[in-house]
Amino acid sequence: MIYFDNSATTKINSGVLDTYNKVSQNIWGNPSSLHQFGSEAHNLLTQSRMQIAKLLNVSPGEILFTSGGTEGDNWAIKGTAMIKRKFGNHIITTSVEHAAVHNPVEQLKKLGFEITYLPVDKNGRVSVEDLKKAIRPTTILVSIMAVNNEIGTIEPVKAIGELLKKYPKITYHIDAIQGVAKGLENIIFNDRVDLVSFSGHKFHAPRGTGFNYKRDGKKIAPLMAGGGQERGLRSGTENLPGIAAMAKAFRLVMTNEDEKVRHQRQIKSEIFNHIKKFPNVIIFSKNDDTFAPHILCFAIKGVRGETVVHAFEKYGIYISTTSACSSRDQSVTSTLSSMHVDSSIAEDAVRISLDENNTIEEAKKFNQVFDQLYQQFSKLS
Amino acid sequence: MVKEIYLDNAATTPISKEVLADMNDKLKNVYGNASTLYQLGRNSKRILDRSRHIIAQSINADDNEIVFTSGGTESDNTAIMQTALARKKLGNHIITTSIEHEAVLKPLKYLENHGFRVTYLPVDSKGNISLSDFKKALDDDTILVTIMTGNNEVGSRMPIHEIGEILKNHQAWFHTDAVQAYGLLDIDVKKDHIDMLSTSAHKLNGPKMVGFLYRRNGINYPSFIKGGDQESKRRAGTENVPGISGFATAVKNLPSTEKKHRQDVYYQYKKEIIDGLKKNQIDFEINGELNRHNLQHVFNIWIKGISTYVMQANLDLAGIAVSGGSACTAGSIAPSHVLTAMYGTKSPRISQSIRISFGRYTTESDIQFLIKNIAKIVKQIKKRKQEEV
Ligand SMILES: Cc1ncc(COP(=O)(O)O)c(C=O)c1O
Ligand SMILES: Cc1ncc(COP(=O)(O)O)c(C=O)c1O
Repeated sequence: MIYFDNSATTKINSGVLDTYNKVSQNIWGNPSSLHQFGSEAHNLLTQSRMQIAKLLNVSPGEILFTSGGTEGDNWAIKGTAMIKRKFGNHIITTSVEHAAVHNPVEQLKKLGFEITYLPVDKNGRVSVEDLKKAIRPTTILVSIMAVNNEIGTIEPVKAIGELLKKYPKITYHIDAIQGVAKGLENIIFNDRVDLVSFSGHKFHAPRGTGFNYKRDGKKIAPLMAGGGQERGLRSGTENLPGIAAMAKAFRLVMTNEDEKVRHQRQIKSEIFNHIKKFPNVIIFSKNDDTFAPHILCFAIKGVRGETVVHAFEKYGIYISTTSACSSRDQSVTSTLSSMHVDSSIAEDAVRISLDENNTIEEAKKFNQVFDQLYQQFSKLS
Repeated sequence: MVKEIYLDNAATTPISKEVLADMNDKLKNVYGNASTLYQLGRNSKRILDRSRHIIAQSINADDNEIVFTSGGTESDNTAIMQTALARKKLGNHIITTSIEHEAVLKPLKYLENHGFRVTYLPVDSKGNISLSDFKKALDDDTILVTIMTGNNEVGSRMPIHEIGEILKNHQAWFHTDAVQAYGLLDIDVKKDHIDMLSTSAHKLNGPKMVGFLYRRNGINYPSFIKGGDQESKRRAGTENVPGISGFATAVKNLPSTEKKHRQDVYYQYKKEIIDGLKKNQIDFEINGELNRHNLQHVFNIWIKGISTYVMQANLDLAGIAVSGGSACTAGSIAPSHVLTAMYGTKSPRISQSIRISFGRYTTESDIQFLIKNIAKIVKQIKKRKQEEV
């Protein structure tokens, strides 16, 4: 089996699973309880938080645990809107965000907020200039993804941070869910960012885990109100086994990051350089450092994405039509349509997404299968 | 290492071996994203469907009425905030009780600050509300009634069935927080006319950060966590398939007979504690009431003259974990709002009570050990006080 769908979800790492099991069996107290079961749990919670903070070079109090990426995005957006409504009602985001950003923003629109969706160029990238023009005195939030989940564009989140230094009151949120351990920490954790969302299962941690970075002092309303966990900002009994496992997964994925990035780029190049030779292939991702190392989106003209996915599956190769969350939806992918790709071609798009455990051999095997399938498809059309 | 005896199962329970084994199987073998097209994803989808079915049956709901969430807090917040959002045109009044969990009270507080009117039904010294108070509170503006199935600090049960009957002919939607009750009582959402019901897996030896919100067909509100189309567009986010499967396994291990059995066993534990403390001439009273009807896993007692903090800390030294109230009021020993509602702010019970809560792994000898240690601690403290005099 060759698993090339790591942007949808990743396989849990076996050491991470060990941690999950050990904590589940040994330290299952409620961190809020005052007895020794509780304090053991509380200590581990603190350690996990410190470990993640250290790897990101931020302070532990700036890491807040959530149930995953979607919650993190929803919280950043709605929590900011709730607390800043009195200062303004304008939000700026992009036309290529994941549904976890797009849909809460649309909900706010129904509640009276004004939304600017920044357009993108033919590489799926927004321009800082467009953003600058969009800013109004009533702008309270800018929410931009670090890495696009459909084609892998790296958005200019650092340059945007530079621009926003002139607008200190605007909350700046980055969806970094596709950007973990891809060599992008320096641009994501720029001087100006206020909120960053992460999802555990995208880096070999179990589902039901995630965290938001929140800059010290930045105000946000809780989305989950209740028992007051996470300093009152995210209530609910902490998923300690999940959190400890996520901290470990994060450490593992961040170890030798540069090498892992290079490795993924090599695999991507192997496939990119192969498929680009075929006349009916259109590649939407670029093979350079303006794009993430792990995502390659392309189409075989005239062959529906779904057909391509199923054809590869027969050979034990798992790829996907663009974003997993809307795979069952028939509507055409939003990133490609925002790039003004013709809808007949956008329907043909598929996505390969790698991680550090994939190999060059797998890429070669993929290329062989690709040749066969390409021939079959050509005969059909 | 001292003996470790865990009597704080209302805060959280240890995950069971069966649940952990099931989750390991799913974590290792079924990691496809349930929304994807290929086989790995379809396997995830199948497990999701199967788990949903097991859980729907446990409360006599239809499969499509179960929405998986990240736990009790999210379920409560969703039911309350989204009902208010969807129904504010129909009225602005909400009825609840004064002894709900913070996961209900906090969102209600937010709504109160934003123009909603909230009635907090009082409770008597047994922790019960009165139906006539409830009927009096209900008016044409009431859009939501949120009343817990059973209380997490004293175990009293609310008249869910009667409230459901009354609301049959009223516009208000009926939500119940069953986070504590779900593992011990048979709940039939149809018979009790429940519109929404919250649960949390870690209270019944399942994983943490997993729960569900039952939402009766016909009850419609915009989703709380928005994004992808998961959970039929009612809860976005990549599905926690291993966690959900573990939850279903925990539920499967709790058939009606097992729940009844536990209620019986825990009731006996309470009686043993009462007998044991009496035998040791300890001056105490039950907060709430001992009866066959209540949630039996929670036992709250006032040990006269000894502060919650002192008793809890001394028991902790002896290796026994009990709680000074609800754990979820994160790490605080602020006075319990439940005991305050029952006995008033001036009662010494507020500062001299502990909550003992039983679970699947509690044993007879744990109970004896607890009694012995409470007696020992009380004697020591009494002695010290006499010496000081
Ligand atoms: C860019 C991006 N944002 C948000 C999400 C949502 O994360 P999750 O499904 O873990 O809630 C995803 C993945 O699905 C994503 O790729
Ligand atoms: C009655 C009640 N409701 C809600 C909750 C919140 O559940 P969770 O912490 O799993 O989100 C709890 C326990 O913490 C509870 O006892």
